[in-house]
Amino acid sequence: MMLTLDNLSKHFGGVRAVDDVSLALKEGEIFGLIGPNGSGKSTTVNLITGLYTPTSGTVSLNGRDLTAMPQHARTSQGVARTFQNIRLFGNLTVAQNLWVAQNGHEQRRQHFVSRWFRPGGEHSGDIEELLTFSRLASKRDVLASNLSFGEMRRLEMARALASNPRVLLLDEPAAGASLDDAELLAERIRAVRDRGVTVLLIEHMMELVMGITDRIAVLNFGRKIAEGTPAQVQDHPEVRAAYLGGGHDEKMEKASA
Amino acid sequence: MDFYLGLLQIIGVHTLLGLSAYVVLLTGQVSMAQAGFYAIGAYVAAMCTAMFGFHILPAILVAGLVTAFVACIVGFPALRVKGLMLVVATLAFGEMVRMFFFNFTWRIERGGELVGPNGAEGFRAIRFFPENGWETGDVTVFIWCVVAVIMAVLWWVDNSRAGAVLRAVGHDETAAQSIGLNLTAIKVGAMTAGGMIAGMGGGIYAHTVTHIEHLVFGVLLATFAIAYPILGGLGSVFGTVIAVVFIQGFLVEGLRFMGEWRSILFGALIVLAMNFRPTGLLGERMPRLFKPRPSESKLEPKGAE
Repeated sequence: MMLTLDNLSKHFGGVRAVDDVSLALKEGEIFGLIGPNGSGKSTTVNLITGLYTPTSGTVSLNGRDLTAMPQHARTSQGVARTFQNIRLFGNLTVAQNLWVAQNGHEQRRQHFVSRWFRPGGEHSGDIEELLTFSRLASKRDVLASNLSFGEMRRLEMARALASNPRVLLLDEPAAGASLDDAELLAERIRAVRDRGVTVLLIEHMMELVMGITDRIAVLNFGRKIAEGTPAQVQDHPEVRAAYLGGGHDEKMEKASA
Repeated sequence: MDFYLGLLQIIGVHTLLGLSAYVVLLTGQVSMAQAGFYAIGAYVAAMCTAMFGFHILPAILVAGLVTAFVACIVGFPALRVKGLMLVVATLAFGEMVRMFFFNFTWRIERGGELVGPNGAEGFRAIRFFPENGWETGDVTVFIWCVVAVIMAVLWWVDNSRAGAVLRAVGHDETAAQSIGLNLTAIKVGAMTAGGMIAGMGGGIYAHTVTHIEHLVFGVLLATFAIAYPILGGLGSVFGTVIAVVFIQGFLVEGLRFMGEWRSILFGALIVLAMNFRPTGLLGERMPRLFKPRPSESKLEPKGAE
């Protein structure tokens, strides 16, 4: 198991945003995390990246416990993320956005001076490759704030990949995208997986999640209510209740009958 | 001629002051502590030459290092506050430094007279330049050599990954952390570097005026320090230099015939500049400190999601 959450909980005062959630991602899979609004998906991501400290439970990657690590240390362990509402460095160019994000394990081993004070590193081969991969090569010297919405999404994903992560957490990458865009996005996510990156996809758009994930876990009110393949999860009564707002199975059955 | 050389000297030391604020501002920290750092550098360098007979160069270096150390200590609590709260906190630190020198007396006998800081009366007879036969022109050249070195170093840093990283932190701390940048190290590092530059500037300043006192290092100086990079923009170090030349050369000296009325002009200019060039004279880049970030609320620990 590659990314493992063990009995992870996060309470904000009396609110149990994430309540005793356990997950285990396999190397090289695309894992979906879904749930209605307020079910604790983003909090889970923030617990994995270290933006929040869990109330209890642990996060580990390839057997190494990350729970006590600060955010920047987790990056060098191989965790990267994107944000639900794009957070680029709008005052930097596209290439520079990738340049500042080169904080992976291998990159950190460079000599201090050449890592921080050698000018022109934004034209390195790694960055060029990533720009081409993200179809942003022609925009490399444009300020990130001047990109279109779709380009911003692509750049944010490229920035997350710049540290050569082992697991990529995508927090609602299809927010604001149309169905057509979603198909392109699905292709991109598969391409990321084919680079050898395990993907944890948090998404509302069911067409996207059901189409590309290998396995899915469903959260509701901070608790995991189901886990399995897309087909298994779709048929799960509790999941249907959570999404349709129903209370229990009988009501669901009546509705579908 | 001496008037213009004197003006060049003022512009030189104020450029260092402005650059010290520039480095810190790149990371999004609006620091009003730069006048305090400048004061520490001024007193330390003056003590080195007047009391202990150092040459000016090591004196300035020691002043820079001592100030950098203090700035590093200030940098840690400064991490915890942002925006206006940081302004208030650093302002309080600057006043604390000023009041320290208001009360600080340490005089030793040297060459038949007592030299050293003397509380409210200030520190007199910082006479390294006249004692060693440096003419006004020599001093001016010396100052601009130091300014040129500092500017060259900062220009280099600005164009390396470090400069991009400072700007990234200034733009969005949450995103910067998420890509593996160590905010503590970067923000404290910027504060330390800024402190060092301000300390060196203060050290030179003390020697050009030969007499320093606490009153000089007040809120007005702190305001000037931060106004330079804001007015000049964060695009490059040259914005700050242009702003210093404009404010010190034109507004303060050029308009001297207007008497105290020019202070009004100074205020008006800042307001106008903020309206017409909100990102400064040079450069698009400005930390979005006083604008609410539309997405901030998402990461507040308010509830689930």
